[in-house]
Amino acid sequence: MPKGNLTFESEKCKGCGLCVNFCPVKILYIDKNSLNQQGYNIVKMTDPDKCIACATCALMCPDSIITVEVK
Amino acid sequence: MGKTLMKGNEAIARAAILSGIDAYFGYPITPQNEIPEYLSKLMFEAGKVFVQAESEVAAINMVYGAAAAGFRTMTSSSSPGIALKQEGITYLCGAELPAVVVSVMRGGPGLGSITPSQGDYNQATRGGGNGDYHVIVFAPETIQETIDIMKEAFDIADYYRNPVMILVDGMIGQMMETVDLTKPVKKRFLPEKDWAANGTSRHSKRNVVNSLYIESDILEAHNLALKKKYDKVVINDTRYELINMEDPDYVIVAFGTMSRICRSAIEMLAEKKIRVGIIRPISLWPFPNVAFENLDAPHLKGILDVEMNLGQMLTDVLVANNGKYPVGFFGRAGGVVPEPEEVVDAILHFKNRVVK
Amino acid sequence: MEIKYKKTKGLTDTPLSYCPGCTHGIVHKLVAETLEELGVLGTTVAIASVGCSVFSYKFFNTDAVQAAHGRACAVATGIKRNLPDNIVFTYQGDGDLASIGIAETIHAANRGENFTVIFVNNAIYGMTGGQMAPTSLIGQVTTTSQSGRDAKLQGSPIHICEMFSQIEGVAYLERVSAFNPRQVRIAKAAIKKAFTYQMEKKGFTMIEVLSSCPVNWGKKPVDALKWIEEAMVPVFPLKVFKDKYAEDEKNV
Repeated sequence: MPKGNLTFESEKCKGCGLCVNFCPVKILYIDKNSLNQQGYNIVKMTDPDKCIACATCALMCPDSIITVEVK
Repeated sequence: MGKTLMKGNEAIARAAILSGIDAYFGYPITPQNEIPEYLSKLMFEAGKVFVQAESEVAAINMVYGAAAAGFRTMTSSSSPGIALKQEGITYLCGAELPAVVVSVMRGGPGLGSITPSQGDYNQATRGGGNGDYHVIVFAPETIQETIDIMKEAFDIADYYRNPVMILVDGMIGQMMETVDLTKPVKKRFLPEKDWAANGTSRHSKRNVVNSLYIESDILEAHNLALKKKYDKVVINDTRYELINMEDPDYVIVAFGTMSRICRSAIEMLAEKKIRVGIIRPISLWPFPNVAFENLDAPHLKGILDVEMNLGQMLTDVLVANNGKYPVGFFGRAGGVVPEPEEVVDAILHFKNRVVK
Repeated sequence: MEIKYKKTKGLTDTPLSYCPGCTHGIVHKLVAETLEELGVLGTTVAIASVGCSVFSYKFFNTDAVQAAHGRACAVATGIKRNLPDNIVFTYQGDGDLASIGIAETIHAANRGENFTVIFVNNAIYGMTGGQMAPTSLIGQVTTTSQSGRDAKLQGSPIHICEMFSQIEGVAYLERVSAFNPRQVRIAKAAIKKAFTYQMEKKGFTMIEVLSSCPVNWGKKPVDALKWIEEAMVPVFPLKVFKDKYAEDEKNV
């Protein structure tokens, strides 16, 4: 199983939750305690080790804030 | 080619080809149908672009596209069709795009009639589009003058990055006169269109052609820059002709076909020992205020504004005159073309024609 | 480490002005990626229309022209006729394309103009605050159909792909959506096919993308995607409506 490394351009995140919803291994969540400069709660990872580099999150992100690398 | 007998609409089409037009977009409407008809053939023969659009609205937007991509482009129409183009024209002005619009006036308002009129003076010079903008408007009186101005029009449009309108009427469009298509006209130095939206591979930065400036202070700055440009047009391209202006008893102000009728009228008046001169605006915007500022006629009894409408250029005449002389008005509407005798009569009974 | 997925060069650095979760962002990305992959960013002219995507000229990393509301297909005609070897596309919403702009769209298709139309259909007028659109569904509550769209008073939703499928000048016509990753991948393939056909000078191509408007539908972004699947797709079926150059398959 490939392993992935995700980078988020958090200042452009709008907390829409599409990536959270479609992540097949359910390791993303919107952190209600976070806030970027735009005033949105942003996406965070629960368990980076479980990322399988499927890039579904990056595909669905309307703001293209996610970069996916394969380890 | 030398001198040849030619219909006005055909002459307009041929003059456009001689000016290096790249693209024509138009729609049928009387009395200018021959313009798209001739160009449908001539443009094809010249390897240029011709599209009969689905409406005048579509045509002016195709012009907008072609102009945005850096091409010399033109449309033509008549009164109700020009009304449809008002949106496109304001967008052209806001986005600073060059284009030529030929307007062949017919009777109005609404569907009106198909006979010659001058009822679109306000439409041309004030415009029905939104915002602070001006179309540079020229009103030739003969087919030859139409050809000469047409040949300059694309350069003037490119030079100022603004639409230029050639305003004629159904008379000029439909009649035939002797013309010389080869007569040379003044050329201008034109810079490269490095602003055109034709692909980033052709230039250094991304070009966006746009009239949307969502922040009002930026839009104001844009408007002030446009105003500066329009001020340059006023200084450089105001045009008019003075006819028989030595110590006149009356001065007629008339443009286009009407001025030709008035030329006959002043000859008839001369036989009656009445000296009448003509101020003939050739640029309607910018209106030649300077001709009125310079007017110093000790025996002048009044200025008669003569139009084929119910008093549109009259407003500009009143402003330019600035209360100096009495101003009178004579006009016919609905596509009725007056006889010279009617103008003679208007001068003879000037007191009845004075505008309060 | 090897990069598997990153933001396409076809988009500028300007943050998108769309609402959170709005599928405009996804569609922009698919178009931008396609143009980058086809190597045509340098010869593309994008035409921005009027609606939520009015600022799309800020986001596509190409030259761009802003068109008046509804006129994008006329503007595109003026550009493509003069620059036949450039790639030209319009990006229009359902108000722009199917309401005020329907004549210009039909006639560009009818003339077989060789450009691509990206039609973002979210069954509502987003930018102006949620009014009824030509593609709004029967019973859909909008600010100008507050009791729900009534066929007797306001007509039925207009089916653009269905209407255009019988126009001779159309080379490729497909309706897709962006409501889940599989649909997004199908949409990308459709968009790529459309632009490829343009490069091959095959004629008018249009991709209708069923999209969401979370704010004006009054739904959370993920729920809005579900509404596309459950309510819009039954009314606007997803399929290829016309492929003039399909090799083996008959036209659907």
